Amino acid sequence: MSILNTPGSCQPPIHTQVLIIGAGVTGAGLVRDLTLRGIGCILVEQKDLTAGASGANHGLLHSGARYIKSDPASAVECRKENHILKKLAPHCIDTCGGLFVAVAGDDEKYIADFPQLCAQSGISARAVDLADAREMEPALSDRLIAAYAVDDAAIDPFRLTLDNIAQAVDKGARFFRFTRVTGLTVKQSEITAVHLVDTRTGREYTVRAEIVVNAAGAWADQVAAQAGISIPMIYSKGSLLVTQSRITRRVVNRLRLATDADILVPGGTVSILGTTSVRTETPDNIYPEIEEIDHIIEEGAMMIPVLETTRYIRAYCGVRPLVGDANSGDDRKVSRGYALIDHTRDHVDNFITITGGKLTTYRFMAEKAANLVCQRLGIDPACQTCTEPLPASTDGQWTEPGLAPHQWMKQNDPTDLLLCECEMVSRHTVDQIIRNMGRLNITPTLEAIGLRSRVGKGPCQGAFCSQRLTAHLYDRGVFKKNEGIVNLHQFLSERWRGQHPLLWDVPLIQAQLQEAMHCGLFGLELNDPKGQPDKPGAGGGPSGRVNA
Amino acid sequence: MDNLPEISCDLLVIGSGITGMAAALFAANLGIDTVQVGRAGELGFASGFLDLLGVHPVEDGRIWDRPFDGIGALVAEHPRHPYAFLDKKDIQSALSGFVSFLAAHGLPYYTEPGKNLAMITPTGTLKTTYAVPATVQNGVRALAEKASCLVVDFHGLKGFSGRQIVETLDKTWPNLTTRRISFPDTSGELLPEHMALSLESPECRAQLAGEIAPHIHSAEYVALPAILGMYRPMAVFEDLQKQLNRPVFEIPTMPPAIGGLRIKAAFEKALPRLFVRTHYQQKITAVDKQGRNGFRFDVGRDHLRRVITAKGAILASGRFIGGGLTTDRKSVRETLFNLPVFQPVTRSEWHQKSFLDPRGHPINRFGITTDDQWRPLNNNRHPAIPGLFAAGSILAHQDWVRQKCGAGLGITTAFAAVNAFQRFISG
Ligand SMILES: Cc1cc2nc3c(=O)[nH]c(=O)nc-3n(C[C@H](O)[C@H](O)[C@H](O)COP(=O)(O)OP(=O)(O)OC[C@H]3O[C@@H](n4cnc5c(N)ncnc54)[C@H](O)[C@@H]3O)c2cc1C
Repeated sequence: MSILNTPGSCQPPIHTQVLIIGAGVTGAGLVRDLTLRGIGCILVEQKDLTAGASGANHGLLHSGARYIKSDPASAVECRKENHILKKLAPHCIDTCGGLFVAVAGDDEKYIADFPQLCAQSGISARAVDLADAREMEPALSDRLIAAYAVDDAAIDPFRLTLDNIAQAVDKGARFFRFTRVTGLTVKQSEITAVHLVDTRTGREYTVRAEIVVNAAGAWADQVAAQAGISIPMIYSKGSLLVTQSRITRRVVNRLRLATDADILVPGGTVSILGTTSVRTETPDNIYPEIEEIDHIIEEGAMMIPVLETTRYIRAYCGVRPLVGDANSGDDRKVSRGYALIDHTRDHVDNFITITGGKLTTYRFMAEKAANLVCQRLGIDPACQTCTEPLPASTDGQWTEPGLAPHQWMKQNDPTDLLLCECEMVSRHTVDQIIRNMGRLNITPTLEAIGLRSRVGKGPCQGAFCSQRLTAHLYDRGVFKKNEGIVNLHQFLSERWRGQHPLLWDVPLIQAQLQEAMHCGLFGLELNDPKGQPDKPGAGGGPSGRVNA
Repeated sequence: MDNLPEISCDLLVIGSGITGMAAALFAANLGIDTVQVGRAGELGFASGFLDLLGVHPVEDGRIWDRPFDGIGALVAEHPRHPYAFLDKKDIQSALSGFVSFLAAHGLPYYTEPGKNLAMITPTGTLKTTYAVPATVQNGVRALAEKASCLVVDFHGLKGFSGRQIVETLDKTWPNLTTRRISFPDTSGELLPEHMALSLESPECRAQLAGEIAPHIHSAEYVALPAILGMYRPMAVFEDLQKQLNRPVFEIPTMPPAIGGLRIKAAFEKALPRLFVRTHYQQKITAVDKQGRNGFRFDVGRDHLRRVITAKGAILASGRFIGGGLTTDRKSVRETLFNLPVFQPVTRSEWHQKSFLDPRGHPINRFGITTDDQWRPLNNNRHPAIPGLFAAGSILAHQDWVRQKCGAGLGITTAFAAVNAFQRFISG
């Protein structure tokens, strides 16, 4: 995989058949799909893997039942893809099953219509006796009035994205991280040059592609604007909370018309509660706000009372790009279906946008986009991703909760110290991650290691392991000069984004310890490597999500 | 509750962090009949450095070489800061009382009169502080001279890397080198506490010196993580210096660190000898105000359960870490007397959105407000409970972490609160 590097400096343009913009799950699915069809691709990403919505979602592999009323077409797509992914990417999925439950006071009409609506979309929904439901999930409220079992599952979006890209790269695709598209030159109804910048070095270069695909998620409008094309888009922010331990075995949905805070999804050893739908002006600089968090907890507790008192370790948020009418009142009514736009309509003939949709339907969206690419290229190879299993790459495995402790206990080497005591990530594990990153030419920053492991994701939220890891990275010669301070700043700031709305009770005490150590003793706030006041970073960042 | 063992005293000191320890000491010095209750864990998080005032205004990150000038500027701008109720003479008496107590119990401190000191931390940053343990003193000098120095670190000691210190200080202090060695007779993970206890034995010290010596070469100083003894650090330190034939100094480690544990150990041993009746690792479970007769506290559990009656109390229960303040999703509460806590209306005003925001987090300035006699105030701005005084980090209108004034605030307000109690009981 030595091709995972950045290209030479402002040399003659690089040629490729297809250039894909954005390494979320959609871009990842597309690069794999096209590569398996034998088409040459370059995938560019302005940050790291899953920097957008793909790193900040609920991780629910929908059965489709959530959309039976609001968006029946999406419901059917979800049902089909749910089935396909369970078969072809089982290592990314926890087939835990799901429940839809209603509590006293919920809309009786919706409850009564539910089985019928499910049936209409071909979705299996089995009525569950209330006592049985509470036996299956003891955390459920005793005010339950209806329960149905569905085929929901939990899916690891990071692994999914990584494995899609890994296979594509194995088969010859090129992937440039930290590479932003800064301009699209259009001449005679064609994009003739894509201008890129390496955001770490500032180096600029261009790519010439037969087809350019814009898979930039909530940034798709900004990318299209570079070609002079307007895509009307609404940004709908959703916030989520991670509990310290897993509350239910299954996915639990509120049996009502989709609204705020009505789903709890297991993610390995934790559960994730969400979400909200709040319009934002831009897809960048978003935070899970305290009012949202409190609202989510209060709503969630009606379904599962312990959510009122349980400990939360992290909050994060992502932005859904809703393509459509910006004047509609309720964003949930704007279709959550995907948008595949052939920009021939805008007189740019080799440009395609694929955005919106869901994690659940990423493969389907990629297939449709790839079909259009093939049509434009005038070729007709068949789609493979609907039948070919997704191979597991070794890279993603450390994000799985429990894997690192398991390794550590198995080998039981007394000299292998635990750097992250909460999640039991040892020195050997970190060394292995660093080696992998070295092979892929990736700089091992604290954030990048955090993205690829569970470091900093436990109850201490990185307060202690950040310094232990930093010390270790100096020992290994990875960090030089004041890079440790730079990294601590970045890592702790990014973690804080998810901590700050959840700081009460024990997590507040943790935060106080963190500040006492990093500010009281180390004086980090007085040692800003940028020489200027610490500014919040951009976007719903990669570590915005617990990679569970 | 009636047939529980009963202890009666004049003053109950609530808390066993640096403030509680200082209050118990100052009360004992005045001959006040004192009982102290506390969880006794808080000092484990202290570095052992005594800060007085390092930074003001925090948003500008301005560091003061002369802490009393800094305090002057601070209280001029923040007249509700606890330091505003103290005069320089009280601050000096409090600090010197505290430091000479520690010296008398085997923990001498180094200060430069009227000045702050600079010392290095394990992240390679510089910390401004007022007093450092004598085992650190050479570090202050070595840094000032930029002398050549060998930083020793250990296989198995996490979070302390000589390379990190050397690399980060590259520009400030180019004359540093580092060497990793094995601690005598160990493998696997090392904890500073165990290392410190091991080094109280001369054999271990000799072995350690033998490990270090070949790496010193021309270095003028030798630095180690803070592990040089727990109960007799000066003996350990001096012996090692002699064996290495170089001035030695300690660099603090990340918490739990030895510096704080040494202070704790010294107080735990000395206070009972000063006739303070200490009840550590005990929690107060209930308080009963009996008007003019003082307080009745229900303390401890099971067979350790007892009643303490006191004429007055000093609340030195700390903030969130110490347990003096607690929070739920909606508000901040004082845990023992349910005193009003100075705080804004909603949680959205507790923290900044950026962890290292130079302004600091507003929550750190919440707390108990008092009058100039250290009496917690009720909502009508009158003393809330007769006989009750408050000191230390629980006080509002300060941000000790960012202002670098934690120990100083604790020691000086304890001193003043004890004096106020003395006036109360005798007047
Ligand atoms: C709160 C929330 C919860 C969700 N929950 C679920 C769920 O439970 N189940 C489900 O199926 N779906 C869910 N979704 C939807 C799902 O997350 C998204 O559909 C999916 O992740 C979109 O992937 P994407 O690749 O299209 O976009 P993104 O993941 O946003 O990727 C776009 C990428 O483009 C990059 N980019 C942008 N501009 C440029 C540029 N100029 N140059 C280079 N790169 C650029 C960005 O950095 C980003 O990495 C949720 C979404 C949100 C917001």
